[in-house]
Formats: sequence, structure tokens, C-alpha cells
Amino acid sequence: MYLASVERPATLDRTKATKIAANVLALGTVSLVTDVSSEMVSAILPLYLVVGLGLGPAVYGLVDGLYTGATALLRLAGGYIADKVQRRKLVAGLGYGISAVAKAGLLLAGGSPAGIGAAIVADRAGKGLRTAPRDAMITLSMPEEGLGRAFGVHRAMDSAGAFAGPLVAIGVLAASGQAFDAVFVVSGCVAAIGVLVLVLFVRDRPVRVPGKVVNLRQAAKLLERGKVRLLLFGAILLGLSAIGDGFVYLLLQRREDIAIGWFPLLAVGTSLVYLIMAVPLGALADRAGRTRVFLGGYAALLAVYLILATSWSGWGALVTVLLLYGVFYAATDGVLMAVAGPLLPPELRTTGLALIQTGQAVAYLVSSVLFGLAWQWWGAAGATRAAVAAATLTLAGSAVMFLRTRQTPAQAAA
Amino acid sequence: MSLRARILLAGGLSLALIAAAVAYVVVAGHRGSAPAVASAAVDASPGERLLFRSTTASSYGRVATVPRGNGSGPRTVAALDCDRVYAAASAAVCLRPDGPLATYQLAVLDGHLGIKDTYPLVGVPNRARVSPSGHVLAWTVFVTGDSYNGGRFSTRVGMLNTATGETVDTLETYAVTVSGRAYRSVDLNFWGVTFVDDTHFYATMSTSGRRYLISGDVTAQTVRTVAENVECPSLSPSGKKIAFKEAIGGDPGKGWRLTVLDLATMIRTHLAETRSVDDQAAWFDDATVMYAIRRSAKAADVWSVPADGSGAPSLLIPDAESPAALWN
Repeated sequence: MYLASVERPATLDRTKATKIAANVLALGTVSLVTDVSSEMVSAILPLYLVVGLGLGPAVYGLVDGLYTGATALLRLAGGYIADKVQRRKLVAGLGYGISAVAKAGLLLAGGSPAGIGAAIVADRAGKGLRTAPRDAMITLSMPEEGLGRAFGVHRAMDSAGAFAGPLVAIGVLAASGQAFDAVFVVSGCVAAIGVLVLVLFVRDRPVRVPGKVVNLRQAAKLLERGKVRLLLFGAILLGLSAIGDGFVYLLLQRREDIAIGWFPLLAVGTSLVYLIMAVPLGALADRAGRTRVFLGGYAALLAVYLILATSWSGWGALVTVLLLYGVFYAATDGVLMAVAGPLLPPELRTTGLALIQTGQAVAYLVSSVLFGLAWQWWGAAGATRAAVAAATLTLAGSAVMFLRTRQTPAQAAA
Repeated sequence: MSLRARILLAGGLSLALIAAAVAYVVVAGHRGSAPAVASAAVDASPGERLLFRSTTASSYGRVATVPRGNGSGPRTVAALDCDRVYAAASAAVCLRPDGPLATYQLAVLDGHLGIKDTYPLVGVPNRARVSPSGHVLAWTVFVTGDSYNGGRFSTRVGMLNTATGETVDTLETYAVTVSGRAYRSVDLNFWGVTFVDDTHFYATMSTSGRRYLISGDVTAQTVRTVAENVECPSLSPSGKKIAFKEAIGGDPGKGWRLTVLDLATMIRTHLAETRSVDDQAAWFDDATVMYAIRRSAKAADVWSVPADGSGAPSLLIPDAESPAALWN
């Protein structure tokens, strides 16, 4: 391995395997700060468009569709370029930078729907661009046996930012007499701090393996690796059982007859569980096996559907569903990256992670559309039963695939 | 760079950025406190006046009136802020922010804009109407997070009968008939109510990407579709015609053409206004429609145009939106 440019080997000290690398904490801080910035804006954006600018919902829907397509492609391209030039930090920094500039774009766009649309698309494109290089840097900063916890720590910091963002936005609105532009300015400043932390504290080292080149053919060959293919298809298959937050919360809201005003609190409850459970479940993944914890996360999702399919209701049911749903996120989101990292060659790791993330994102989209149609045809109860059936089948199918991706220590060292 | 130097640099620049952000928030907070406007007793009872929401710098957001024949003349401004306002038969409805946080309320007003009652609203207010008798109020709010589609808007209609105290929280539970057949779907959205009388109304319903004019009955709890591609209907004083915004080419992304539908013949007439109109129009009289055209984020004008497709739009009230003709 080419290590000349490394100031200090961040990894490889096996005695400190349980310590979280400084680089992971730096990346976690960047994510925390950036999520405060972006969630501030998402929390007030609908309000700004309708009350501030008097736009109709059509504009928002249009932007929403655009963004799903744009981020999927950019994520793959960004991942490949980061590997090609071996500059993950640069590509991630570009992603964070674009999102920070997009906040200024929102301010400058004024009342122009096209300008606002462009700023929102730029913001989310930045998010698509940075995710895979960031996760690749995490996998390259930690010894393999501590990856689960490292991702747990990162995701906990990330969701803490997402939790605080809306609260900061409400505070700014209250302090500025409902000035939306003040929210954008504060969000832009916070985003700039995130970029600053990235530039000054995050380290990235090129991983060039002699005799291994990064090109599109090599990238395509990733899929020839049996374990990578199994993991990708397993992740997509499982992704097909996730019907999406909106539907889960809507089903809850209908059966519990929760007033619409409390609706956002369902998401807050889930984030809170995610925030608390990310580190313990990541550590558990390192000890008990990442694929097991990952599959366990989807089992929690299946349990959510099962509860939604029964007539159990009341506070107990509500809390249990939110708890299980938060566990689902905490046991799957970061853990999947921890499973995938060691299976991918270091020089193509960003590309591989981007591929798996994109595969899952597309699967989520497909399953939520299918669930919407199922709801329309069979009603809420029928659609929920269909989700239970789909989750059972995909969980069984992917369990077989995943258990075959598990590495023996000898293979990992090879 | 040493770790110490990097920490100092990061700390210093972060403090500078935070200071800049705080300074902006403080300045923005003071910017809002414009000189108070002299408020007057505004008469919102039936008479030869137009009621509207003012968007001039000195009385931004205030409810005001002008005489019927002199829209750009001196306005009487009330000490009341509303995001959307409407009045009929000595009853007015005002949708407005509730406290400094981003929540809203519905205020029920009397003929002199005195607040009789307030109700919390969930969602961002968007449309408001009062039935011809003045008894029933209707409103539309945008709700986010309510949609199963992830982050998109859905709309919700509410009604309140101030005479009986009855409320309608949503139309989604009503029995729906589309083109004569019973219809069920979860993606129903309703907005833009206009009243025939206290129990009958027209509104917009969207489902499966189509937007319909619906006719509704509060007593029977039913709605049925009347025509397609109609949004934000507004019934004429005679009850024979409906002014509405028609999505150009059936695609709201392309904007809306202000159009009038004759309910007896079902013939549609495009009005002479060619700019996109994103408003629930109101009737000036049986031959003239009025509506707001937005100039920028915080400025709009009320225009009028003949309801038979002839003529040209003319400026009715500068720096105004949300108009209601109190003589109708």
C-alpha cells in the first residue's frame, strides 16, 4: 500500500480498535453542522414558498421529482470521480460547498420559482455528491473491526444535527419577526462552518495499490465480484420492502387518529430513537456480526408492518412502532456501509458505496410507489398485509444472500 | 499547519460566521417594525366598498377598504393583519399568523372587523370564503408531511357554521362520485371552496393527477364531479357562472388561464387576462371578475377583467390582494 502521503497512520493500531478515529469524529462534526443547516431550510421551505412567495404546491412537486433523478446519477458520477482521482475529500468538499452556496442562491432567487427550483436542486445535488465519498473516508479511517461503531457514531451525530435544525429555524423566525431571509443567511453561515471543519480537520489519503488502475472497466468489474453482487442485490431486495416514512406515519396517524398538527412529531420520535440507538447497535454489529444486525433491522421493520396490520392501538402501540422504526434505521443505514466497506477494494470503495446507496434509494422509490398503488386498489388494510408479505419474502431471500457475503478473518486479511 | 493553528483558525472563522448570522437576525428583527399606521374603524358590512389585504410598505398585511369607484384612491386601513381575508353579509374571515412561531389561526370577524372568535389552524392558510348569508366560513390550508408522497403538499378544506357551531374538518370522508360513479382513493385533495348557500358549495378536488370542479352537499356529506381541469372556483353573484383558473394544457406547471364556466351550457370562456393567475378570483359584479397578480414576493395588485372574454384587464386596486366586493 502506498503510504508516503500519510501524515500519521490513522488505522492499524489494533489495540485501539475500539477508539473512534479522529477523522470519523471530524466527519461526524461536519455532518452534524451541515444537517443543522439543511434541516433548518427544509423545515421552513414549504412555508416560505406558500406564505412568503404565494407559490402553489405544483412548483414544489416538480422540484421533488427532479431531485430524485438528479441525485442518483450525481451520486454514481461523484463516487467514480472520487476514486479516479483518489480525492474523496475534494469531491465531498465540493458537495458540501455546493449546498452552502445553494443557501445563498435561495436568498438571491427572490420570488423567482425557477431560481428557487435551481437552488433546491443544487442543494440536493450537493448532498448526493458528498454521501459516498464521506462514507468511503469513514471506512478508510477505521480498522475493519470497529466500522460498525464508527458508522454508529457518525450517524448519531448526523441525526443530532437533523434534530436540532428545525428548532434553530423556529428560533431564528421568532427572533427576526418571521424573516425567512434570516433563516437562509443563518443556514448559509452554518453550512460554511461545516465546510471549514471539513477542510481543516478531515484527512484523506490516496489509496493507490500498485498495478491497480481505476477506470470504468474496473468499476464495472465490481459487479463480477460475487459478494459485492450478492450484497447489492440483497440491499435492493430489502429496499423493496421499505414503504417509506410518509406511509408508515400516515398509517399510524389514521389508526391512532392523531391530529394532523402532531404529525411531524412522529418523524421527531423516530429520529430520537435513531439518535440514541445508532452507537449501541453499531457496536453490537461489530461484536455479533454486521449482517445479523442489518437483517435484524429489517426484521424490526417487518414487526412494524405486523403491528400496523393488527388492531392493536393506543399509546403502547404508537411508542412500540416508533421505537421499532427508529431501530430499523439505526440497524440498517450505517451498518450497511460497514458491511459493504470491507468487501470493496480500497481504490474503488467510493464507487462501490455509491452503487449500493443508489440501488437502495431506487428500491425505496419503487416500493413506495407500489405501496401507493396497492393502497389505492386494496385499501390501507390490504396494502399493509401486502407489505407484510413482501417484507417476509425479501427478508428470507436476502438473508440467504447476505449470509454468503460474510467474510472469514483470513479472507479479510488477504 | 499544526493542530493548534487549525483549531484557532476554525474557531476564529466560526465565531466570525456566527457573529455575522446573529447580526443579520437582529437587523432583520428590527426591519419589520415599520412605523405604525393610523388605524381606522373599517366598515366591512354590506356597502359600496372593496375589502382587501394591503401590500403597500406602510400598511403591509393590513386589512383595508376603498370606495367602489376609486380603487387607487385613499384607503381606510384597519389595525388588523391577515394573510387572507374575505367578507360577506357583515361577517368576515381572516387567516393570520398565531404568535411569533409558524402557526396560524382563523379569526371570525364581525362587520367592523372586531374579532368574535379564533380557532387554531394546522397548516399554511391559502384560501378563504364566506357563504352569502355570512353564516358559514370556509378555508383551505396547505399541510406538509400529510401526504404519503414524501414531503409534498396536500391541501385540506375546513368549514365552520357560526350559526350552528357545526364544523367540517375535512372533505376526505365525504362520499365521492366521479363522472357519475362512486369513487374511492387515498390521494384525494380538496381546495378553494365557493358557496352556493350554507350547505351547498363548489370546490376543487384532485385525484390521480386530475383536477375536478366538484359540487358538494354538507348535509348529505357528498361531493360529485362537474367538470375537469378547474381549480379555485368562484361562483358569480347570480349563481349562474363560475370563474376559475384553468391549468394551461392541463399542466399546472405551465401556469393558469383565468376562465369562466357557464353552469347551464358548460361552455368555457377564456378571459382577456393572459398572465398566469394563481388566485381564487372574486366577482366585482355579475359581468366582471377581479383577482390578484403578484409582482414580487411581497407585492401584488388587484386587477379586473370582463367576465365574457371581451375587453382587457385593468388595474383595480394597486398594492392589494385578496379582494372582496362588499356590495355583492
